[in-house]
Order: sequence, then structure tokens, then C-alpha cells
Amino acid sequence: MSAHENSQPLKFIPASEFKQRTSEAVSDELLRKSFRGAMDFLMAKRATQFPDPVALEAQRGLAEHIRKYSLAHLPDLLEQLERNLTANGIQVHWAENAEQANAIIVGIAQKHSAKLMVKGKSMVSEETELNHAMEAVGIEALESDMGEYIVQLDGEKPSHIIMPAIHKTKQQIAKLFAEKVPGASYTESVDELIGIGRAVLREKFMTAEIGLSGVNFAVAETGTLCLVENEGNGRMCTTVPKVHVAITGIEKIVEKLEHVPPLFGLLTRSATGQAVTTYFNMISRPRQPGEKDGPQEVHLVLLDNGRTQAYNDEQMRSTLQCIRCGACMNHCPVYTRVGGHAYGTTYPGPIGEIISPHMMGLAATHALPTASSLCGACSEVCPVKIPIPDLLIRLRGEASHDARPGHAPLVGQGAAKSALMDIVWAGWAALYTRPALYRAFGWLATRFRFLTPPMQSGWTYSRTPLKPAARSLRDLLAERKRK
Amino acid sequence: MTSTARNNILQRLRSAPQGKPPLAPDVHGFYATARNAAPAEDRAARIERFCEKMAFWRGEVVRVTHSNWAESLRALCVAKNVNSLLYGAQTAQAAALEAAGINGLKPYDRPVDDWKPELFRDTDAGFTSTRGGITETGTLILWPDEKEPRLMSLVPPIHFALLDASQLYDNFFDAMTGQGWSGDEASAGISKMPTNALLISGPSKTADIQVTLAYGAHGPKELVILLVVNEEEL
Repeated sequence: MSAHENSQPLKFIPASEFKQRTSEAVSDELLRKSFRGAMDFLMAKRATQFPDPVALEAQRGLAEHIRKYSLAHLPDLLEQLERNLTANGIQVHWAENAEQANAIIVGIAQKHSAKLMVKGKSMVSEETELNHAMEAVGIEALESDMGEYIVQLDGEKPSHIIMPAIHKTKQQIAKLFAEKVPGASYTESVDELIGIGRAVLREKFMTAEIGLSGVNFAVAETGTLCLVENEGNGRMCTTVPKVHVAITGIEKIVEKLEHVPPLFGLLTRSATGQAVTTYFNMISRPRQPGEKDGPQEVHLVLLDNGRTQAYNDEQMRSTLQCIRCGACMNHCPVYTRVGGHAYGTTYPGPIGEIISPHMMGLAATHALPTASSLCGACSEVCPVKIPIPDLLIRLRGEASHDARPGHAPLVGQGAAKSALMDIVWAGWAALYTRPALYRAFGWLATRFRFLTPPMQSGWTYSRTPLKPAARSLRDLLAERKRK
Repeated sequence: MTSTARNNILQRLRSAPQGKPPLAPDVHGFYATARNAAPAEDRAARIERFCEKMAFWRGEVVRVTHSNWAESLRALCVAKNVNSLLYGAQTAQAAALEAAGINGLKPYDRPVDDWKPELFRDTDAGFTSTRGGITETGTLILWPDEKEPRLMSLVPPIHFALLDASQLYDNFFDAMTGQGWSGDEASAGISKMPTNALLISGPSKTADIQVTLAYGAHGPKELVILLVVNEEEL
């Protein structure tokens, strides 16, 4: 039996139930231990890569500049990329949403009568739920990144964009393999567990008709797709099967090949604290006459899926600078405590909080931008300097009011609007802008404090109720002055 | 469908408000500043640095010379119990390899589609040349081609790579500009990028299980670099 036949049906977790899931997640001791340990490890490893803060600032400045420049010329660069890829023999497809992207890939697979697609790590294919679309037409879609393979085997989704199975302990993985992988016996040795995965997946690389990958950087001037990885499964998926399909968001583009080294250097150092990954794979053509391996066909699917909404606003456009290193989640105090699954989105953590509303609409995601203490750690470590806290505040606002004049409404604009909240804030504003009213309120609040309700909505879910003091600070100070 | 999608996406991007576009980033200037800030390394220091960084990725560096590398490779194959070594029969290194008397020398002379199971299951090691190395990160540069196909450096459990120490670059940027990857004036700006270009830093690895590092994830379990140096640098 294949791994796929053995895997669980996927557990769906809607983003709209974020609050309920976070409270479950924070009480899961094992989960918290897994994340705390892994995030501490990743933070320490990243720090060793950037010993000189001045040099780091120069590198981040350049990387931000490259990304901003690329975005400023995005439509032209997409057309240039398409021209050069086509000239190189790579077929380019465009998709406005997940359904279109999946339909394109299903079409390619069916044209080749494919039964098995091996997948290198691709968060964009997670975003489109490609595996379901493939399974619906009877094509097995097998994840081959070790972490992705593990979560797929257990019917889960990745909990971290770089380390998909970080929420699992090796004991849990040992048990999973023993149960689900035919012929595997229980072992807690990480080397042996990886050996089991290697053996299973090598057979699959050999027989798969199609290989799928993501893209880390697409270079417009040369028509080159760049892939970053350590395991070699990405190279397998893009070299062994007859057909290679790459899928990427429209923003992952740079103009020149020379723009790649500064971004690549920051990507791996920020993500896992590695100066470089084992492989950096640059693909510019399908197999040429005389060449003995490599796919005969290469396709690129360019996906929008809400990215043009972010692009349409000059502040929110900076969301698209992201190179998906995951440093923001590694350093986020909220992510570390609730873990990646609680978010219920493809991209968890701070970057997920600012990109998911564009992909899924604010109606389903308005709680996500509130999952932050605005401590700013995310933007401090972001290699391309995305002002994440500013964008979180902006999205909280967009969720709670109608579109401002001159701004196009976002999908789900005003989804968290509440009449009660509006009244409370209007009252608060009135109190704090009218001195007489403020003094009267202070006088009443200190005397009628016994009337404070014991249940105070969200505040008392996990805290003792608020009660005004018997005497206000203003009174106490006045009394002190008199003495 | 895809052409409508294309037009819609491009139209949305083009109609978005555009402030003043930033100037083109000065990547050359950035690396020139970095180069001027640090004293230039001599050849010996470069070789040292490359070996140190490659060792960090668990790449095994063996110093050889132009005249003895094939013999060193033969000895390594014996020591590592290699019974089949994949090589390119049309390469500049082929004659030396064939003359060295290496056990189980196997040319990659057919399309992979004709012999996948043998490649995956019965090939112990692969030998390739390289286009150079990067000292900053301990990295090999490979441009596979019809003579040295892509899977030679990926599928066999051991990868032997021949690297000339005079081909060491300080960093990735210097390597791609030094070798004119994106085309230069002589090539009328036409890209020289091959079907596939690779940077390789060590054997395949993963830390996906509880951030514990394990080697030989999907690709080679061992990477051995035959670093060609001068007699006195051995």
C-alpha cells in the first residue's frame, strides 16, 4: 500500500475559529514544548549568522530595495519573465485563483495520463489545496519533503512554512511510521526514520510521471526558476519525472540574476541560520536535444489569489516583499505559544496574519491581525524589512470600518464591525475630550465601583474582573500636594 | 482561461497606484564596498577557507594534483567500497578515469528513461567536474550538460566532484559575474544560463524531525571534493 492510501483524510481547521483553537493550543503541553524548543533553536542559529548589526542593516537595506524595485516593476517583469521562459521552452500559465491553478495542473497531469505526482516543498500548492484537486481526479499527490511527507502521512497540514512537522516529537513520528509505512518497525533514531522516508520516496521518484515544485525566485532577464533546499527532493521532483510543473505567486520575481545572491544569502540565514542550503537549483529550460535527463516539459503556473489586492494599496503592497523565510514566526511570542495549526491558514504567524486576509478575505481572517502584542520582533528580524506591526494595525482597522474614501474595499471589508464597539469607543472619545464629563465620570466611578459587573466579556475569560479604585490617581495626587 | 487570467492580473497590477519607483538597486556597488572593506585573501587563504567551510557542511575535501587525482579517486573508491562509479565518457576527465583502473566504471551514455532502476538501485557513486567553488559558503558550482547529466550528482549515494583551486570565487555574486552567467556585451546580453545550474554545499540533509540533523535525506549521503592544487600546496 502506498503512503497515500494509508494517510488520514485531511483535518480542516477554519481560520474563523481562531480564538477557540488558540486556547486549546496553549493548554497542549507537548505542543508548546515542541514549538518553544524549536523556535529557541532557530532564533539562536539565526543570531550566529548576523554577528555584525551594521553589516546586517546594509544587507537588509539592499534586500528591501531589490524587493521594492521588483514590485514597482511587477507587471513589466512578469511579461519579461513570460517572454524569456517561453523562448527557453518553458510553458507559462496564469491563474487568478486556486481553482484555476489546480485546473491547469490537473489538465497537464491528465494530458500525460499521470497516476502519481511527486511534490517538492511548495507553500503555494498548499494554498491552492492542490493535493485535493489531484485526488479528486484519481491522481496521487505525494509530498516528498521529509517534513511534508510526515504531516501528509498523518493527514495534517504544515505547522511552519520551513519546518512543516515541527509540532511533532520524534516519538510521535516513530509511532506514525510504524503504523503507516509498510514494513517499518518502531525506531526513535532520527537517522533510521529519515532512512525509512528515503527508501519509500526514492521508489516514488522513479515512477512518478509528474514532479511539482515551488519557486523561490523567478529571474525575468534570464527566464530562470530558482529553488532553495537541503534534502534533494526538490532536485528529484524537477529532474526525474518527464514533466515538471512549478507553481509560484506572482510576487516572487526579480529582474536580474545579480539580484538573487543578496536575497538568497539573507533567506537561508534568516530561515534556519544556515549560510547556504545544500542545494540551490536554477532551472532555465526543459531537457535539450542530446541531454540524457531532466523533464521533457517544464511549466510555470503564476498565481494571483488575492495578491493583486495587496498590490493595489501602496502600504499593503509591502506584504508582497516577503521571501518566505519564516523568521517572523520563529521570533513571534504568539506563534511560539499557539503553534502553526491554530491559525487555520496556509501561512501562519505574523506573515500569515498580513497575507491571509488578502487570500481568504477579512470575514474569515479578521481575528488573525489581533493575534499580536505588536512587540515588533517580526519586523526587526524581517530580512526585507516588511513593517508587519503597521500592517497588522491597518488590517485591524479595515476589518472594523468601511473602506475609507479613495480606497477600494478589501474582500470582507468591515467584517468585524460591531455597533456595541462603535458606541463604546464613541463614549470613550467623548469622556476623554470633555474635561467636565471626565471629572464627573471619575467622581461616579470611584463611588459606585460596587456596581462594576463581575463578567466583563473577553477580559474575564482568563483574568479577574476590572474594578475602579476607591480613589482616583488625580485625587491621591491632589491630597499629597495639600499635605 | 489562462489568457483571460493573464489580462486580468496584468490589468489589476497596471491600474494600481504607483508612487515614484525606486532606482535600480546597486548590487555591484554593495559587493564592491564589502570587498574594499576586507583585505583581499591570497590563494592559500582562499583554499583554507573553502576547506573549512566545506568541512562544516560535512563535505570531505581531498587535496590532489593535476597528475594524481584519478589515482586518488581510485584509492577513495576502494576505501569506500564503491563497486560502480558513474562518469561521463565524453568529458575531458574520461581518459584519465579510464586509465586509472577504477573498479566498475560506468558511463552515463543513455537517456535516464532507459535505465532508471539501475541508476537508483545499483549505482554506488557518481563523478562530476565542477565550474568552480565559492569560499564564503563552501559551495560547488555545477553546470550539468549532455556529457555530465543532472542526476549524476544527485542519485548515487556518493558524489565525487573535481574542483580546480584556481576556480575559487569569494562569493556567489563574484562567481556569477566573473563567469558572465547573465550574458555580457560580447554575447549581446544573451543569457548563458544552461538548462540547469546548481550550487551544492555538502551532502543532502534534513532537520525536519525535531530539528535533529540527519544526512542523506534524498540525495548523496557523502560528498567528496577532489581539490586540484599545486604540488607544494598538498
